[in-house]
Amino acid sequence: MRPILMKGHERPLTFLKYNRDGDLLFSCAKDHTPTVWFADNGERLGTYRGHNGAVWSCDVSRDSTRLITGSADQTAKLWNVQTGTQLFTFNFDSPARSVDFAIGDKLAVITTDPFMELTSAIHVKRITRDATEQTGESVLVIKGPQGRINRAIWGPLNSTIISAGEDAVIRIWDSETGKLLREADKESGHKKPITSLAKSADGSHFLTGSLDKSAKLWDVRTLTLIKTYVTERPVNAVALSPLLDHVVLGGGQDASAVTTTDHRAGKFEAKFYDKILQEEIGGVKGHFGPINALAFNPDGKSFSSGGEDGYVRLHHFDPDYFNIKI
Amino acid sequence: MAIDQTDPNPNQSKPSKLRWGELEEDDDLDFLLPPKEVIGPDENGIKKVIEYKFNEEGNKVKITTTTRVRKLAKARLNKRALERRNWEKFGDAVREDVGSRLTMVSTEEILLERPRAPGTKPEEIKVAGDSLAQLSKGGAVLMVCRTCGKKGDHWTSKCPYKDLAAPVETFVDKPAASETSMAASGAGKGAYVPPSMRAGAERTGGSDMRRRNDENSVRVTNLSEDTREPDLMELFRTFGPVTRVYVAMDQKTGTSRGFGFVNFVNREDAQRAINKLNGYGYDNLILRVEWATPRSN
Repeated sequence: MRPILMKGHERPLTFLKYNRDGDLLFSCAKDHTPTVWFADNGERLGTYRGHNGAVWSCDVSRDSTRLITGSADQTAKLWNVQTGTQLFTFNFDSPARSVDFAIGDKLAVITTDPFMELTSAIHVKRITRDATEQTGESVLVIKGPQGRINRAIWGPLNSTIISAGEDAVIRIWDSETGKLLREADKESGHKKPITSLAKSADGSHFLTGSLDKSAKLWDVRTLTLIKTYVTERPVNAVALSPLLDHVVLGGGQDASAVTTTDHRAGKFEAKFYDKILQEEIGGVKGHFGPINALAFNPDGKSFSSGGEDGYVRLHHFDPDYFNIKI
Repeated sequence: MAIDQTDPNPNQSKPSKLRWGELEEDDDLDFLLPPKEVIGPDENGIKKVIEYKFNEEGNKVKITTTTRVRKLAKARLNKRALERRNWEKFGDAVREDVGSRLTMVSTEEILLERPRAPGTKPEEIKVAGDSLAQLSKGGAVLMVCRTCGKKGDHWTSKCPYKDLAAPVETFVDKPAASETSMAASGAGKGAYVPPSMRAGAERTGGSDMRRRNDENSVRVTNLSEDTREPDLMELFRTFGPVTRVYVAMDQKTGTSRGFGFVNFVNREDAQRAINKLNGYGYDNLILRVEWATPRSN
């Protein structure tokens, strides 16, 4: 396959997200402008100007009309996807890290980093259909975990919130009361900070990637460990194929150590693993730095990766990918 | 939507001859023919059509047509997506000039690299002929283990007593001495060995090392990353006694750098190896085998 290279960002990529129809790809980077691309040919559709810091993550509503972004400028912003205009700004007292729309797009979960004396927190915001009625009030604020919460997503039926972060523990919270429901087993859990978390297409399980050079698959309700994928690099990004039983892990050595070694030593490939057999299927090379973001097109026929090198690489699979046998 | 892309390669199977007695007139014998058969398309899209007919000489001919059916990608016809396709550009994308080239298609073909060859593990290539196998037997006399001193049983690298032997403190120099002496005595063809190269002679590091490496040295490039020294040894020993096999490794990653050197005792063997293995497919790659050129410094 010949990947499409998109060089719209000046700084390392942080997050990638496809809309539900799989025709738009949203990219966030440490430069301050999230960008939207056409997912088929990689053409840039527009940029969302207004943030004043690195943008850590984004999410798009199911009908592809609204985008939410979380940024290090201590805000999360709602955008009109089509025009790139700001609809609302949620102000926080510390950098916003992760954002995720609930099923139905009526709620959003936003995590904030520990900053100065503040601890990290998970905020649940109500999203109104009409942007003029939008308020910044939190429906719920959850505090407790030590260190940064790198990712928080909604569980099934919006009844839970799953969070993971620097303390390497995955937690499931009640999204109504904020009570801690489950905590991942210390024995089977990750040993180092969790960098990424991705839900399967049906939402029945999710995958976490960690700096302990492994990725783990968990049941979304019981939080039991299903599978572990061991690799030889810290995992920065994970993605699950919606079509085949494949998982993709992206990573590479720490960005600060990149220049001291040659690019082959860094292991900057996106590694494909068989979801069930936990065996490596193959690797896709290309980035000149660690992979920070991975996303699968909802049709499962293409995926994109974003690297520390500032490139988004959009890969449309060759036909023989779909017949790969181990 | 499926489009039949035909690349017919009709194999004409051996016609089963009709008895001349049965051949009355050349009309309407079609009922004698087996019906047309269609096999597939299988998961690779290979479809086989087997037909039978009579040729001019009245012989029954079986025609097998193999075609590949390829599915063309169905265009997604999501109304919303189509609508979005026509959206106005906004933000920085508005001022984008045509020459900005933000989006490019990679010039490089990137493949999903399998950790090993699909299906099987990479195995050594079969010996190309009997003569080569003979040669390897002949070379067995020269196979002297440098660790235990046994002749013709195993190579040094395969020595079972390897771990017991005292570690060689200067690995590079010492084998050189034994190798050359072996070459001198073992070859037995009265090949001239310069005094400086003879066993026990005084040696001076650098130039000598290069000298050793140049002797009947064959450079092998385009090796796959999985190829290790034993693999190369396996591949080249069929041509004659080999004194040294070396695969360049990346010190940082520990992976192969894709080239190596093989030293032969006999120049003829080396030449034969070059003739035979240059362009040889090995582990999905086409080997390049040539005389090693001395380093120019």
